[in-house]
Amino acid sequence: MMMASVKPVLEVRELAVTFPNGNGGLQAIENISFSVAPKEFLCVLGPSGCGKSTLLRVLAGLVPPTEGQVIFAPQRGSASLPRVGLVFQQANLMPWRTVLANITLPLELENADPLEARRRAEALIDLVGLQGFENSWPRDLSGGMAQRVALARALIQEPDLLLLDEPFGSLDALTREQMGAELLRIWQARCNTVIMVTHSIAEALLLSDRVLVFTPRPARVCLDLRVDLPRPRHEDMRYTPRFGELARCLRQAIG
Amino acid sequence: MNVIENNETGKALLQQVKRYNRWLLAGSMLTTLGVWEALVRLGKLPAFILPPPGLVVIRFWQVVWDGSLLRHLSITLLEVLLGLLCGSLLATVLGYLLAKSRLLERLLSPYLVASQAVPVVAIAPLLIIWFGSGIFSKVLICILIVFFPILVNTVVGLRAVPENLRDLMRSMRAGRWQMLRFLEIPAALPVFLGGLRVGATLSVIGAVVGEFVGADRGLGFLVNVGRGQYDTALVFVAIFTLVVLALILYGLVVLLERRYLLWMRN
Repeated sequence: MMMASVKPVLEVRELAVTFPNGNGGLQAIENISFSVAPKEFLCVLGPSGCGKSTLLRVLAGLVPPTEGQVIFAPQRGSASLPRVGLVFQQANLMPWRTVLANITLPLELENADPLEARRRAEALIDLVGLQGFENSWPRDLSGGMAQRVALARALIQEPDLLLLDEPFGSLDALTREQMGAELLRIWQARCNTVIMVTHSIAEALLLSDRVLVFTPRPARVCLDLRVDLPRPRHEDMRYTPRFGELARCLRQAIG
Repeated sequence: MNVIENNETGKALLQQVKRYNRWLLAGSMLTTLGVWEALVRLGKLPAFILPPPGLVVIRFWQVVWDGSLLRHLSITLLEVLLGLLCGSLLATVLGYLLAKSRLLERLLSPYLVASQAVPVVAIAPLLIIWFGSGIFSKVLICILIVFFPILVNTVVGLRAVPENLRDLMRSMRAGRWQMLRFLEIPAALPVFLGGLRVGATLSVIGAVVGEFVGADRGLGFLVNVGRGQYDTALVFVAIFTLVVLALILYGLVVLLERRYLLWMRN
């Protein structure tokens, strides 16, 4: 409601997704409507297998909606398709490309100037803290480092929308916390609009402006919670009373 | 500390083995030659059964000097390379189509498998009858023999492209051509080159089979000539030349692998 005056980046209207199978289809998403404001950090929270990832795949254009609409409003005023940066649970790097070449891939697909691509990739390598690994092969990276490369790759096009599908899901707890803090820093530096799927309540609260809670499959939105914790955020906020209240609220909604 | 020391002695040992590798190879070759010579002398074998190594070397220089070896070698080399090139091109294109379309695979795979059940040696006379005893029929035989392993490896390589990476490319709005260039070719390359390695040696076999059945030039023809004249030394010369040819082709594919599969090396 606060954002009502601002034109949303993304509007999802009565979206439903059904996957065809033998008996009438598997309904992954029942009926979802929400909109995302520019520069907003939105988390989607819900039990495993509830259709969160399906939502992201629809937004990334990988799965067509069965019903309803997804409306993008590109911020650059162009009528073209929005640029979407996608980070999966696995880093999904191309093993035959070096760190640098993995990051420049999206620009190569657009036939961008190679020198410009290299310059931007180097800036991002600095941003995600991988200096010195430009020419390493992906197999020589740890899980956390690989995920940083994936993040840099998603950021290089300066996407209108950054989609994160449990990006830290495959990392150990300590690396995960550290990467959360990094993501927060990067988001504050770059100020992209972010939609992140997670099943960690603490991660959602520490990172986002707003949390959508999904019901078990077929997914519906059962809670739309504004996170009014002050920014900049830091790990210690976990122990504040307000954090506890919000966490309890989310916990109850998940059921 | 103990473990580290053990590891280092292990490394040193490995390096020593590497250093003496060349000598080991030379030693084993000398032994083979020695056993060969001894066999001829002790068994009192006539030269048309088993010529001594020295005679083979002399025969080798003779055919090098009169230029006949080079003439036959260049014909066989041309057949092998043309066959390998055309065969692998055809197999790659058809492999791509088969990997993309299950329907096409179901339609064609019975024929492809059946074509492999018939030995090339059995088809070669037919091809010679139809296309004459020139180069063309030999190239066709090379294509036939090279085709299948490269086809299978292309299909396997393309099918093994990770679905996650396809999703990634789709999310970046990659077109079919970009999908091929940036994802499918590099992902399938290791398996494809494995097929090419097999194909390179098979192509040599194909050319020789063709020349055996009907030809007036080529190393296979040279083997036939040597056999007909009880010039067994000449047969040996032709065989060794074929072996070296196959080794060089194989080595070239290995070089390609070194060059393009840097990311796989340990």
